[in-house]
This record gives sequence, structure tokens and C-alpha cells, in this order.
Amino acid sequence: MKKLLVITVFLVVASAFLFGATYRIGLSLSTLNNPFFVTLRDGALQAAAGLGVEVIVADGRDNPAKQLGDIEDFVQQKLDLIVINPTDSDAIVTAVEEANKAGIPVITVDRGANGGMVIAHIASDNVAGGMMAGEYVAMLLGGKGNVVELEGIVGTSAARDRGQGFGAAISKYPDIKIVAKQVANFNRAEGLVVMENILQANPNIDAVFAHNDEMALGAIEAIKAAGLLDKIKVVGFDAVDDAVAAVNAGEMAATVAQQPFVMGQLAVVKAFEYLTIGTIYIPVDLQLVTLK
Amino acid sequence: MKKTLSLLRRFPIVVGFVGIVLVFSFLSDRFFTVSNFMNVLRQVSINGIIAFGMTFVIISGGIDLSVGSIFAFSAVVGASVIKSTSPLLGILAALGIGALMGAFNGVIIAKMKLQPFIVTLATMAIARSFTQAFTQGRPVTGFPASFREIGRGEIFGIPVPVLIMLGVFAFAWYLLFNTKLGLYTYSIGGNEEATKLSGVKVDRYKIIIYTISGLLAALSALILTARLNSAQPIFGEGYELDAIAAVVLGGTSLSGGKGSIIGTIFGIMVLGIINNGMNLVNISPFYQQAVKGAVILLAVMAERNND
Repeated sequence: MKKLLVITVFLVVASAFLFGATYRIGLSLSTLNNPFFVTLRDGALQAAAGLGVEVIVADGRDNPAKQLGDIEDFVQQKLDLIVINPTDSDAIVTAVEEANKAGIPVITVDRGANGGMVIAHIASDNVAGGMMAGEYVAMLLGGKGNVVELEGIVGTSAARDRGQGFGAAISKYPDIKIVAKQVANFNRAEGLVVMENILQANPNIDAVFAHNDEMALGAIEAIKAAGLLDKIKVVGFDAVDDAVAAVNAGEMAATVAQQPFVMGQLAVVKAFEYLTIGTIYIPVDLQLVTLK
Repeated sequence: MKKTLSLLRRFPIVVGFVGIVLVFSFLSDRFFTVSNFMNVLRQVSINGIIAFGMTFVIISGGIDLSVGSIFAFSAVVGASVIKSTSPLLGILAALGIGALMGAFNGVIIAKMKLQPFIVTLATMAIARSFTQAFTQGRPVTGFPASFREIGRGEIFGIPVPVLIMLGVFAFAWYLLFNTKLGLYTYSIGGNEEATKLSGVKVDRYKIIIYTISGLLAALSALILTARLNSAQPIFGEGYELDAIAAVVLGGTSLSGGKGSIIGTIFGIMVLGIINNGMNLVNISPFYQQAVKGAVILLAVMAERNND
């Protein structure tokens, strides 16, 4: 009799563990072809392992249509929550609305959605990051010089916001001129080629701001080949491993750090909070007040 | 004079080439310089080497959409082997993978009698997936200086990638015009059945042609890897279309049987100069694709009128 009871309890616990007691969260990423999003995924998986939730990852391959299909599959599987890192903030709205209709809560990461119901959005502020880069470049140049801007994929919010922030910061310095502004599509090989061409046209460049590290690293190779590395300061964005190494080697002046790992972790933690306690808790840093 | 005219008639792309050079020389005083021409040549060497292989494939009446993915896969495998053993072994590994994947295309196309378009579309997806799985989405970075000379070295002031491209050009030209392989490439593209009936082992030559294409994609990948000091899973995306565009701009017919390697070199130069010139003149990125498309369209129309 006692034996039977033990077996029954074991079965109930085991089946609860297998069917339902654990949450299933979908993570739809814009792409896994970029180390940034791979790190974001790793953060999400680590948090999931810690909390005992299951995370199902889908790779949108930078294609809004593929991503819509991924999310529709999540909806069909009746997952508990879907975390979306949209390929495109407008194109994702349909997918968010489909999840809404099925009653599945949605959290967005890194890029937002321009419609539908989203319970939380986790991202760094790209405009502020662009400004940070602009201010740093202005400081490096002492408020005077020729600057090149390498832009990301036309139409993405990251390229738009970083460019906007950078432009706003630089516009405060009348003696800093943006002599070339060209697209290199967030891609290292294109960053190399575009920078080589810009160097041919403008021999007097003092600094480069690239909307991401990949382009910045490509530009550094072009600058190195031209023997101008000690003259031209390069600032990137994202702080991917290669870029951090380049900063430490003194080849890159700076990179604006985003924290993709933390973004991924937070997305899963906040999802778990919402599913267990029905709300999302946002801690604010405390300050110690003492006699001054 | 007469000879020049007939050359122009055969290669209308030369007219386009001269026209584009004139336009950009007028728009930017930094364009028509020795250093910028070396710069353009070095940039086009990547696409150029792929396009030479593609020329063989297209003349034989086929197409190879998998070159961009083969490029990526051989780059990341070669890069990892370089990091764990030596540059020489890495180079051999990359070239081996490229040739092997090309041969795989050729065997499937020739032995199973399948359309090259769909076979290479499939291998394009497979090789891309291998690349991502192999790297787990992360770049492979940091190589010995000796390997990097392939990308950034110079011999007598000429960049090594340009020398490699010229070497491949000469070899491809020789193969196409002085060997049985070249002769049969044209005749397979012109009339495959007739070629087969005359006793040529068509299957074997097709396999060789696709192997060359894969091998050259891998060679090109080594150059970009050495230049960037990094092999990336995203490498080569869209390169198949650039190579096809260069080959067709050079007057090679997509229906096979007709074309030349000299045309291809002008084709890649035109594409390279358009990119370079637009950067130099700082044309707004919003219009760059339109300019590129319009030039391709004009060049193809000019060739059409010549037929």
C-alpha cells in the first residue's frame, strides 16, 4: 500500500513536470546569423535553465515572412508566452495581433512592434547610444574635424535611431563635418569596401562612426591597409567580442556596449514573472542618502 | 581601326566600361588615380574569381546558385583549420571543401539529369545551413600574419588578391580556348545531345565544370577571410547574383554555348566601378541600387541590339 502511494506521488509530480507545470516560451529571433542575437539567445536559454522553463527558439533569417510563419507555429503550439525580436517593427504587427487573438501574451526584445498588444518591451535606447558615440567622437577630435558615418541596413530602426542620435550630438559642433555617409548594411565585408572607397575620395578623415561593430571592424581593416590607423579614430556599436578585442588592442577607439545577454535573460525572467504572478516587476536602483 | 571596331561590336560592355569611367572621372577628381584603380581591382578580385568559374558553368548551359554558400562554408572550415593547425592545411581544407561541394553539384546534375537551377538552389541552402551549424552563428577571427598576406600583401606594388585574380583569369582563358575542356564546355552549352552523340563524355565534363566553380568560390573565400582577418557565417550572401550579373554583362549568354572570359573581366570591372564611384561621389544610398540596376539593364539592352 505504502509502495503504491510512493509510486502515485512520483507519477503525479513527474507528469506535472512533463505536462504543464513548466512554462513553454517561444523566442522568435530576427536572425541567428549575427553574433549579437546568438548572445541574446544564449542569455535567454541560460535564464530558462535556471527557472526550469522551456524556451523554443526560431530563427527568422532576417525575413519578416519567415518570422510570421515561425510565430504562427508558436500560436498553433499554444505556447504560454512569445518573446519576439522583430525583423521589422511594422511587419511584425500582424504576428503580434495573431498571438493577441489567441490570448498569448507577447514581449518584444531589442526592436519594438509598432502595433498590437505587447506587455513589455526590453531594449537599449539606440538614440541615446548614438548620442553617446557622437559626444565621444567630438571629445576625441576636440570639436573639430572630418567624420565618416557608416550606416546600417536602410529602414531598420537601429540604423535610424543610432544615426539620429549621432547626428544630433555632432550638430552641436559646427567645426565637425560629416564628409561621407554611406551604407554598409551592418556587414564587415561591406564596411571594408565602402571605407576603402571613402578613403580614396577623402584623404583627410579624423574619425569614423559605424552603426555596428561589424562595419567598424571592416573599416579598421581598410584604414590599417592605408596606414592611417594612428590618425583615424573608429567608434562602433554593440561591443561584440571581436570589437572588444579591437578596443583592447588599441585599434578601435570605443564601442557602445549593448547587453544582448542581459536582454535575453531579462526577457525570459520577465516572461516567467508575468506567467507566475501576473505582473512585471521593475526594480529601480536605490540611493543611499547621507549627510553631505 | 577596323579591328578595334569589331572588338567593340563583340564586347559592347567595353563601351559601357569606358563610359562609366568617364562619368566618374568627371564627377570626382579622386576617381581616375592609380591608387583608386588598384583599390577597385582588389575589391573586384573576390567577385571576379567566382565569376570566372561561373563563366564556365553558364557557357555550358548551366547555372550555379550555390557559390555564395560554398564560399561561406569553405571560409569558416578553412579558418578553423588554420586556427587549430597551420595556414597551409587550412587553405587545403577550404579548397578541398569547395571542390568537393562543386563536384557534388556536378554529379547530381550530370548523373541524375536534373536542372542545375534547382540542384544548386538546394545545395545553396544546405551549405548555408552547414556554415551556421559549424560556427554556431559566430565569426572565426584572428589568423597568423603569413596567411593574411593573401589578402593584404603586395608584390611590386600590386595587391596579392589582384595577382591571384589575374592568374586565375589567365588559367581560365587558357582552359577555355586551348583545351578539350574549353571546347566541350561550348559544345555542351550549344547542343548537349549532339555533343553526347559525337562520343564526348558529357557527364564527366559537367562534373569538372561545377568542381571548378566550387573550387574558385573557395579560393575567393580565402582572400576575403585573409583581408578581414575573420571568416563569417554571413559571408557570400548574394554573391551568386553578383557573379551571374558580371558574366552576363560580359556578353555570355544565359542560354549557353556563347561567351568569353574577357567579357567577364569587363563585367566585374563595371560592377566594381559603379560601387566604388558611387561611394566616392557620396551618392545617397537610397538611389544606389537604382543606378546599379539601370546600368545593368542598359548594358544588356546594348548587347541585345548587337545580336
